[in-house]
This record gives sequence, C-alpha cells and structure tokens, in this order.
Amino acid sequence: MTAPLRDARSAAPRPATGFLGWLDRIGHPGRFLGWSGRLVLPLTVLTLLGLGLGLWLAFFGSPADYQMGDTVRIMYVHVPSAWLSQFVYGGMAVAALGTLVWRHPLADVAARTSAPLGAAFTALALYTGSLWGRPTWGTFWEWDGRMTSTLLMLFIYLGLIALWRAFDDPLRAGRVVAVATLIGALNIPIVKFSVDWWSSLHQPASVFVAGGPRMPGSILAPLLVMTLSFTLLFVVLQISGMRSEILARRADGMARRAARPEPDAQATP
Amino acid sequence: MTGFFALIAREIRLSTRRGGEALTLVMFFVMVTALFPFAVGPDRELLARLAPGIVWTSALLAMLLGLDRIFRDDHADGSLALLNHGQLPLEAVVGAKVIAHWLLTALPLIVATPVLAVLLGMDVEGWGRSALSLLCGTPALTGLGVLGAATTAGLRRGGLVAPILILPLAVPVLIFGVAAAEGGILAPTLFLLAISLLTCALSPFLGALALRAGDD
Repeated sequence: MTAPLRDARSAAPRPATGFLGWLDRIGHPGRFLGWSGRLVLPLTVLTLLGLGLGLWLAFFGSPADYQMGDTVRIMYVHVPSAWLSQFVYGGMAVAALGTLVWRHPLADVAARTSAPLGAAFTALALYTGSLWGRPTWGTFWEWDGRMTSTLLMLFIYLGLIALWRAFDDPLRAGRVVAVATLIGALNIPIVKFSVDWWSSLHQPASVFVAGGPRMPGSILAPLLVMTLSFTLLFVVLQISGMRSEILARRADGMARRAARPEPDAQATP
Repeated sequence: MTGFFALIAREIRLSTRRGGEALTLVMFFVMVTALFPFAVGPDRELLARLAPGIVWTSALLAMLLGLDRIFRDDHADGSLALLNHGQLPLEAVVGAKVIAHWLLTALPLIVATPVLAVLLGMDVEGWGRSALSLLCGTPALTGLGVLGAATTAGLRRGGLVAPILILPLAVPVLIFGVAAAEGGILAPTLFLLAISLLTCALSPFLGALALRAGDD
C-alpha cells in the first residue's frame, strides 16, 4: 500500500490532468499534506514537553487540597478534557460552515477528524468526573446540570459519527453531517439552558461548596499548563488524523479508478 | 400557495389510504404507556406521580416511529426530485411536510390521551394539563423529527440514525413538557411554546438545506 500513496502525494500539486473530479478538488489538500508534514514532529515534541511539565507540576509542584486531598489532582486532566469537549464542537461548527459555504474539501476532512476526538475528550471528561465524584460527592454519577449536559454532548458527538458511518459517499456525507452539526450547534445552548433549569428545579443545593475553593497560583499554574498541552495534543492528533483521512480518501479513489475498466483511467502502479 | 396545501392534502391522503397508520401509532402509544404499570407496579399513587413523564416518554417514542416515511418513500420513487425542481421552493415543501406530519402523528396522540389518563389514574385537571403540554410541545418534536428525516433521506440503512441524532436534541422539549404537564407554574409552558415556535420556524430552512446537501 505504501507505493501508491507516495505516488499520489507527489502527483497532487501538479495541475490535475486525467484525474477524476474529486481528485481535482482535493488538489488544495495536497499542499496541506506538504506543510503539515513538517509540523507534526515539532508539535509532538512540544506537546510531550508540555504534558511532562504539566504532569510534574500536577503531581509534585502543587499542594493537595485541604478538603479534597490528593483527589484534586484529577482536576488537571478533567478540566482540560471538558474544555476541549466544547472547543472541538466549536471547531466542527466552523468547519461545517466551511463545508456548506465554500465547499472546501479540507473543512470536511477537518470536521470528520474532529468528531471522534471531541467524543473521546468528552468521554474522558465524564470518566474523570465520575472518578472524582466518587470520593468527594460519594457517588459516581449525579444528575447535576453540568454532568448531564456533558453526557448529552457526548450523545450528540456519537450521533454525528453514526450519521457519517451510514453514508457510502464521503463528500455527500460531509455536506449532510455539516448541516446536522449546525443543527446541533443551534440546539446546544437550548439543551444547556434547559438542563440547568431542570437540575436546579429537581435538586437541592449543589454538592459543591458555595463560592468554590479559591484557586491559589500553585494550583492554577499546572491547570493552565495542562490545558495548553491538552489543546496542543488535540492539534497534533487533529493534523495527523486529517493527513491520514486525506491519504485514505486518495487510496480509496485510486482503488476505485483501478477497478474501473476504461483504458484512459488506468491505475497508476 | 395552492401547491403548499395540495402537498399537505397529498400527504394526508397517502397516509389514510394506505390505511390504519394513525391507528397503529395510537396503539403503540397506548401500549408503551400500558407497559409502565407492569414495570413499576400498579401502585396508583406512584403511577399518578409518574404520569406526566410516562405520557411524554411514550409520545416521544411514538413520534420517532413515523420518521422513516416522511422522506424515504418520496426519495425512493423520485417524487422528492420532482418536488425539488417544481415551482414550490423546497423550504415550503419541508414546511408542508412538518404540518402534515404533525397532523398525522401528533394529533392522534393528543386525541388518545383520555385513554392514558384512565390507565394512569390521572384526574381531569391532570389530563387537561398533559394534553395541553403535548399540544404545545409536539410541534417542536415534529420539527426536529423532520430535520432528522431530512438528513437521513437518501440513506438505505439510515433507519436508526435519525432517532439517535434527534433524541439528545429533544431533551429540552421533554424537560419543559413534563414540567408543564406537572403544572403549577406558567414558565415551562411558555418555554415549551418558545422552543416549538423556534423549531418550526427554522426546520423548513435547515431541512431543505439538508435535503439539498444529501442530493447527489
């Protein structure tokens, strides 16, 4: 499989002659493959450094909370994941606009790569949240407003992924999922508001201490470092995911052309 | 505008001539409701307290049942392509579908609520509140349902995807619907109406967008 892929990459920036329609449109992603390839390694190193520093600060450089003890350290994974679960959907909504308005093939690829990542970060936020909830709240799950809307967020991600998988043609799937992403983006504020209203109606005072624990710098610093590193991690995963998605689509296109019997569309060896 | 009403009439005629679809839906609605006493026990007080939630859950499930037929058949036999190229804008076509689907699925459910009220031991006031909340909230469910159907119109194996897509988005309707059926305050009913109005106003445009996007 490696030989045809390398061939597609070198052939991409050339003006499209004899290519099928969708390979023409993917000419721009060819340049993306060029510059993003050089970016992956430095960004990976930066992410690893950031995660290393953040984890060191989280475990050794920050004090245990006087109420929650060492469990407060879960926060350094939990908060960045929760932030990314929102951030990634925002990115997907922008990509959806890019797909629908400019029909940019890269926007479609970006949204497709983002969805599983966003779902994974949302799941991580829920998982760490319930691990944290057990010792501090006494329960793994509480129908609290934020947890419930995060769960619904996960369902929305999974629904979009399911929609993607139901289509055969990736371009059509990209457009339809873009519309569904926008519908979700319009609805998420309503969902959040209604869930907050509902949980405040059904629940007595929240388990969290009113006013919250004030954050000293020793806790804030690792939190910021971890949030930044997690975002970098997302960027690295996103870029590599987009690269493999583009290559997978090319491979798919080549397989299709190879399967076609016309003499003018021979498969490049 | 005549095309718009003709389309609604066509939908209703198609559904009624095929026979018994509304009746099947109502039977499903009543049967799901009748399952709850078996599941939680026949305690009258408990059932009366759970009644608004039971009615709304059953209504939500029943509304999902008819989603498949909104665009699937029209897509399969080519009439959707015909409608797309006709004089009536596609947005109006989707709007007509929303209205027709509400008349065909939501209205029978609301008519059937007295049966549920008897089964669940609701008093007349409780029944009235439930019926009113369904009347205010089902347009939002219909709008969302049509959106889900529009995104999955061209899919051969999309039958289960539309409900998966819609259910998380239907949570606000469920929350305010049950709160309105439980009664007491006016606010949930107003929120419910607001969501319904917003969904009905946006769904023709977003639905047409989804249909065009899925067109190959």
